[in-house]
Amino acid sequence: MAEVAVSIEDVSKRFRLYHERGTSLKERLVNRKDVRYTDLWALDHVSFEVAEGETVGILGHNGSGKSTLLKCVCGVLQPTSGQVVVRGKLAGLLELGAGFQAELSGRDNIYLNGSMLGLSKAEVDEVYEDIVEFAELEQFIDNQVKFYSSGMYVRLGFAVAVNVDPDILVIDEVLAVGDERFQRKCLDRIRQFQEMGRTIIFVSHSPDQVRSVCDRAVVLNEGVLIGMGSPGEAVRTFRESLLEADEAEIAEQDANTVAAEEAGDDEVTAELPPHERPIRIGEVSVHYPGDDERPYLESRQPVQIHVGYVATEPIDGALFALEIYGPRGGLLVKTDTDILGEHFDVEAGEGEVIFSFDSWTFMDGAYTAAAGIRSRLGGMTYDWREGAAQFEVLYQGRASGLVNLPLEAMHRAKDIDQKELT
Amino acid sequence: MTTDAAASSLSVPDDERPRAPRGVNDRPKVTRVVSAQVSVGARISEIWRSRELLVNLVRTEIKVKYKNSALGLVWSMISPAMTLAIFWLVFGFILKNGIPNFVIFLFSGLLFWNFFQGGVQSATGVIVGRAGIVKKVAFPREILAISSMGTSAVFLFFQTIVLILFMAVLQTAPDWSLLPLLIPALLATTVLGVAFGIALSAWNVHLRDMQHLIEVVMTAWFWACPIVYSFWNTVHKTLGPKHLTFLYLLNPMTPIILTSQRVLYAHPVIQPTTGGPPVQILPPWSAWTYLGMDMALLVVGIGLFFVALWIFGRLEGNFAEEL
Repeated sequence: MAEVAVSIEDVSKRFRLYHERGTSLKERLVNRKDVRYTDLWALDHVSFEVAEGETVGILGHNGSGKSTLLKCVCGVLQPTSGQVVVRGKLAGLLELGAGFQAELSGRDNIYLNGSMLGLSKAEVDEVYEDIVEFAELEQFIDNQVKFYSSGMYVRLGFAVAVNVDPDILVIDEVLAVGDERFQRKCLDRIRQFQEMGRTIIFVSHSPDQVRSVCDRAVVLNEGVLIGMGSPGEAVRTFRESLLEADEAEIAEQDANTVAAEEAGDDEVTAELPPHERPIRIGEVSVHYPGDDERPYLESRQPVQIHVGYVATEPIDGALFALEIYGPRGGLLVKTDTDILGEHFDVEAGEGEVIFSFDSWTFMDGAYTAAAGIRSRLGGMTYDWREGAAQFEVLYQGRASGLVNLPLEAMHRAKDIDQKELT
Repeated sequence: MTTDAAASSLSVPDDERPRAPRGVNDRPKVTRVVSAQVSVGARISEIWRSRELLVNLVRTEIKVKYKNSALGLVWSMISPAMTLAIFWLVFGFILKNGIPNFVIFLFSGLLFWNFFQGGVQSATGVIVGRAGIVKKVAFPREILAISSMGTSAVFLFFQTIVLILFMAVLQTAPDWSLLPLLIPALLATTVLGVAFGIALSAWNVHLRDMQHLIEVVMTAWFWACPIVYSFWNTVHKTLGPKHLTFLYLLNPMTPIILTSQRVLYAHPVIQPTTGGPPVQILPPWSAWTYLGMDMALLVVGIGLFFVALWIFGRLEGNFAEEL
């Protein structure tokens, strides 16, 4: 194992949220004894290590403490207890373009930013051209940064951070901005960094970006490290934590709906509270040959998605819908039993509807299925479940892309005689 | 989708990845520890490592300050020149104090005072003012307070040029033999200013009153220094040679200003322009006394600098929350 580049040792960070606390001396003196605040532990005894040359992703929903953790790693925030040991030069992109001074030109900002990252003027001189070229700002480099568009800002920020040659690069959700072409350029540069054996800590909104970029990922939830491992595992943990959060929210909403109805709101709502729904989605599972041995299916294998249901009363004309999302979140399949020409009624009790694919022709990644039950005629949604099931696909070959279609290549040389004739 | 197939698969172990470190892992690396308490020694070495940043901050601060202004840095000379002109008018002509070449006397005191006051005052608000970078970029924040002093030093340089011009026009000369005394005086002012600036900048984050308070304090402090009046002739005579004068001398700026006046104005005893017998306006101390006082201040300043760093370290952890 390589040496440790970043070691996060039992880091906790407490934020004190004051209720209308005065920052003036008078208010301080007057309200001296009456300090009302709530403690918020943004990080709660988080420990992990990042080895040199490794790319580690940090996943977590909003408010999970991932940005706080990154700030501690960068040294912008100090942990309340514990410590972060960073070995090597670190360049952080906590927010692109942060630390630029609006009044100064792009050129001056490059030098200022460079020196904040610990570079001497001579060192910045060396990479200056690369930065400008990478940011594609040759024309505007002597303009004041306040006249830059947000895209230009972002490009300059990223260009500085990646060109100052850091040992450790910290990126916080920055790839969400910028146009697609620049994003690709950034990802290419990140890959290049990886190949050079640099360490990267990467926070992204998109689990699939983490999956495609990182060697390992950690999952934070409310300041607690709840998962660490391969990107696939981490993404699953992350999704589960998201679902839990969603369910809690749905339960809350349901409670509200019930309260509204009890208050005399007679309007028939399409979304009934769970206990009043005549039919609900039960277990949704994914089956493929060998699913008891391997946690993934191989590309081009057949696959079945079983959508279980629990009905409390007979339903005439139930419609089961299925949606499948790809590794990047794009919708790949959207279908239902009606479209597939399957019409049936449901008796009270349990059962399942099976969707079978002859061959799963997509490539690597995690695919997510959403399932729903609707009435065929009335357009009433009985139940709908996002992220009802998830499955991993492994593609053994070396091609890349999205789809694994039956494909072959052949070679044919042109006949010389024929060539001379024509 | 540009996903590299190998990079996203689950089953390929990490160590089989095509990843060839190209020697970068061998270069020397600095270990940095981020924790709640950083020792003063570690702080100083961080500051020293960021000295280029200091230069850059000073440069950009001046650039920003005079951006889009036609006269630019000339303003840094115009405003003290204005103060000078007013005092000169008031004390040289209206409330005649009889000091010949009063403008030089005034300027030699004002020079160091402006350096100190300007630096400390702008340092007080600097962390709050630069919240944008404090919240986003990691660097020793003390540098910001130090850079305020640095900017003030640049103005000091330009004001010195003005003083030299005045001296040339009025045909006065400094006491050449005592000129080296300016070095400890300057060092002491710098260290004191940096110490005050660092502590105040941190306090101001938590207590924004500091910024306003310091303005008031500075006005009072200015009149507590022998800049527009002479020390020996006024203070010493009024307060008497014992305890009260000693108290007055506890103001750290007093010995510095006296040194500057002794060197640049160069006439401890003057023939008043209003007539009468010669008057002692500056203390009849030897060069060694001045040197001793300045060196003592330098030592005190260094002590305060450590205290300031310690205070700063205590408060720094919450900057990002309070800003």
